[in-house]
Formats: sequence, C-alpha cells, structure tokens
Amino acid sequence: MTTTTISGREVHIDAEGFMTDPAEWAEELAPALAKQVGIDEITPDHLAVIRFLREDFATQGETPTLRRISTVAGVPTKRLFELFPKKPGKKMAFVAGLPKPQGCI
Amino acid sequence: MTTTNTAPRPAFLDESETDRKLCIICSKGTLDMAYPGLVLANAALGEGIETNIFFTFWGLDMIAKKRMASLKATPVGNTAMHMPQAIGPIPGMTAMATRMMKKEISKLGFPEVPEFLQTLVDSGAHLWACKMSTDMMKLDPDELFDGVEGIIGATEFMEMSEGAQIIFI
Repeated sequence: MTTTTISGREVHIDAEGFMTDPAEWAEELAPALAKQVGIDEITPDHLAVIRFLREDFATQGETPTLRRISTVAGVPTKRLFELFPKKPGKKMAFVAGLPKPQGCI
Repeated sequence: MTTTNTAPRPAFLDESETDRKLCIICSKGTLDMAYPGLVLANAALGEGIETNIFFTFWGLDMIAKKRMASLKATPVGNTAMHMPQAIGPIPGMTAMATRMMKKEISKLGFPEVPEFLQTLVDSGAHLWACKMSTDMMKLDPDELFDGVEGIIGATEFMEMSEGAQIIFI
C-alpha cells in the first residue's frame, strides 16, 4: 500500500494511482486530482458529475458507469466526453476518489 | 509502506495506450451477434481508443433504419440455447427467443441497438457501411442510421485501418 500527499492531506492509493479509501476523499482534493488527469480547471459541471459519482457509490457500492451517469444523472454522453476527455470513466472516478468503474457499459 | 510526496500521474494515462486504434467489422444481423461489437466499441471509446466500426453483409441490418430496432435472436441452429433442435423452427420460437433476450439485455441496463449506436456516436465512434453490401441490398444512404459517416469500399477500409487492431464479428 502506497500513501501520497494531495493538497496537504495524506491518502492511500493503489498501483494505478486511484485512491483506495473513499472516506479519505474530500471535495477540496478534487482540483489537485483533476490536474493529474489533465483537467486544469474544475467547473461546476465537473463538480456536479463528481458529486453524483460520490452519492451513487455511497448507495450502490460501485462506481457508476458512463451509461448510468447519462441515464440516471441526465448528463449526456457527449458532455461527459467533453468534461473528461479520452478516458472519461477512469478520469472522473480518479477525481472522485473512487475505484475505476467495472461495468461493461 | 511507501510514502511519496507528489501525487503521481495515474498509470492509466500512459501515452502508449492513447495511440491505440481499433476497427470492428460487424457482419451479422442477429440480435445476439449485434451486441459483442457494440459493447467492445463502447469499452474502447471509454479508454480513449480511436474506434471505427464497419458494417458489412448481414451486419448492415444493424444500421438500416427499417431493421435496426427489430433484430432477432433465433434458436435455429444454435445449440447454446439448450433446447432440442427440432423445437427451434416451430412458428413463434424466434419471436419468443427475441423477447426473452431483449428482456435480459434490458435488465442488465444495456440499451437497445439504435440507442446503443447513438451512444457510440456521441462517444466519438466512426460508423461506416460497406459499399458492396449496400449495393447488393439496394440500400440508399438515407435509409441508413444518421450516425453513419459514409459508404466505403474494402480498399478504403484497408487505408482507414492501417495500424489498427481489427476484430471481425
């Protein structure tokens, strides 16, 4: 197990860099985590998606997939790819301090 | 336990992965054979992989406006449906198998084929129809799903798929 310091806070991460304890995450960490995946500025739209991920993980016990975010939270797929380009599922999970999504869709 | 002081760049952002390019050839027009290509394309796009899907022969049904919403699954000739082969051709069996499969697919949260294709296009997929097949089946471009970028021949497909990994379904 590796620990790292993000925004002055010590957190545990796995080999891929994902935080391993959702309880160690706080919204103040989001901007620093986002920078690591190439998102220089966190907008309210980014935050809305991140908050949905956190709430959904808390109730479902797994990181929501892109399809779940678009159908349940109502954020269109296109918009998700604009907000978190290239690897949206992994990037948003990373910023939200959650495991990468496992679902096929 | 190791401690680092700077947040490491996550491993999934390795540049080597973002150069990947995938071409999927969809050649089947049954419901059960439509999904593998769609699911793989969706996964590839979510990984930032440039994805082209080429629809040929029966696969054209997946992008023919008239047919794409009513693809069928049939037990005929399919031993994996685990029923005596003589039952398969009985009238109504294909409709029943199709209904059951659609229900199971929807239970898993997967969209139906037209909506799935739209999601892929929204995720950045490029869809292409095969020239020979559209000629043979007398399909006009306006009879194809709007997300299809064009009708191309085998040579163009070869040019387009240079350096790509190819999956034939």
